[in-house]
Amino acid sequence: MAKTIEEKQYLVRYKADKKSHLTILNHEVCATKCEELLCTRFCPGDVYKWEGDRMFVGYEGCHECGSCRIGCPNDNIKWEYPKGGHGIVFRLA
Amino acid sequence: MPEKFDVIVVGAGPAGAACANVCAKNGLKVLLIERGEYPGSKNVMGGILYRKQTEDIVPEFWKEAPIERPVVEQRFWFLEKESMMSMGYKGKEWAQEPFNNFTVLRAQFDQWFAKKAVEQGALLINETVVLECIQENGKVIGVRTDRPDGDIYADVVVLADGVNSLLAKSLGFHKEFKPDQVALCAMEVLNMPKGKINDRFGLEGNEGCSVEIFGDATQGQLGTAFMYTNKDSINIGVGTTLSGMIRSKVKPYELLEYVKNHPMIRPYIHDGEPAEYLAHLIPEGGYYAIPKLTGNGVVVIGDAAQLVNAIHREGSNMAMASGKMAAEAIIQAKANNDFSEKGLDSYRTSIFDSFIGKDLKKYKDLTHTFESHPQYLNEYIPLMNRAASQFFTIDGTPKREKQAKIMQSFTAGRGKFGVAQDLYRAWKVMK
Repeated sequence: MAKTIEEKQYLVRYKADKKSHLTILNHEVCATKCEELLCTRFCPGDVYKWEGDRMFVGYEGCHECGSCRIGCPNDNIKWEYPKGGHGIVFRLA
Repeated sequence: MPEKFDVIVVGAGPAGAACANVCAKNGLKVLLIERGEYPGSKNVMGGILYRKQTEDIVPEFWKEAPIERPVVEQRFWFLEKESMMSMGYKGKEWAQEPFNNFTVLRAQFDQWFAKKAVEQGALLINETVVLECIQENGKVIGVRTDRPDGDIYADVVVLADGVNSLLAKSLGFHKEFKPDQVALCAMEVLNMPKGKINDRFGLEGNEGCSVEIFGDATQGQLGTAFMYTNKDSINIGVGTTLSGMIRSKVKPYELLEYVKNHPMIRPYIHDGEPAEYLAHLIPEGGYYAIPKLTGNGVVVIGDAAQLVNAIHREGSNMAMASGKMAAEAIIQAKANNDFSEKGLDSYRTSIFDSFIGKDLKKYKDLTHTFESHPQYLNEYIPLMNRAASQFFTIDGTPKREKQAKIMQSFTAGRGKFGVAQDLYRAWKVMK
């Protein structure tokens, strides 16, 4: 039973673009203005990871749900669609 | 001179494909643009598709569409940590034509549904992102895509680009949605042999069951969990408002694991083999979140227009209905050769005169009320469970005494006045 997020993410097909469609506008804002680093918590693909002094964005595993764009309390995430035909490819539901 | 269409529809989900279908059927030259590899590849739904609004686009669709099972039983569970109260309805009439609703797998259904629009004459192009609407003199006249030489023109652009409608937002039709206007849902498809599904859910043949789960499944946040039976798999998912997800400090996939391991749920799904993990936002802002629906040369439909009834888990049906209404307005606009906001306004009035506008208006304050008064989920569902447990436990206490104790337990926390207030508030937002 895919318990961990890593196991779950292995169930999904991705066709990642070379370029990220998610951009942290200002890493300083994450470091100084965002104690809770909410995006690292609610992102269903575990795309965001705080590494020392900057936010690492694993856009390759993005579900394109839009939660980070709406949920970032500092409007610090530039959110675009991946290039046509790229990104997540759902096969079932 | 680049090619010009009568209508460009952005997004080949249920809303877009329905709109493209009706426009094409009526002789309009339609381009349907999908950003995914195929229609449905970016789409997620719990899995219940209603018959009526689908049939309005494709008559007797169930005879050829890739549906999973017709639903014959709808269950509602009110969960506590180690108990639940349940209710539901099962009816054999739902196993027969014309059916009530079906479970579907969207990646398959959406491909088929978009193909029906193509059969009517719409042109479908996949793997293409619409970057912006091209405007001239305050009127939308086409779209700019991410393909080389990717500008395409049309009399009307239909925005069916889903909950993340960057296009409607960029036109100023709405501001960015707030975390309490969207629900974040995580779900899994678990493969399971048909016989095992039928045994566990008490089903025969290809009959399906849906289970909506309230209370402990969302750990007190506003939202629901669900289980839907497909042919050889089960969809299980859970969602809360994004604001609730933020408040609860639980990760969406951890909440999903919590639901899968809940002692009331686990027996139905254990040893199911995970086939896919999906997450999506549901636009649950309701009546007040509906954006501007029409502009000069442009209309907004489906999720992009926040047309979702969270209480009755209706969304794809509203998407299809809104797509059809938009198509009818566009056909009229073409006849009048007036694609201005005024010329397309019959779409807006159709929405608000239909079940969509009326139902969303009926529940306009409901989400907000439940979000700001968490006692309905946090206190009353556990109380209901304890009351049932006490009432059905035979321990020598006379029934009248039991009833008095149960009534006391309801009023103990919030007081008689508080309970009366809660009841009145709930009645007011539901009536």
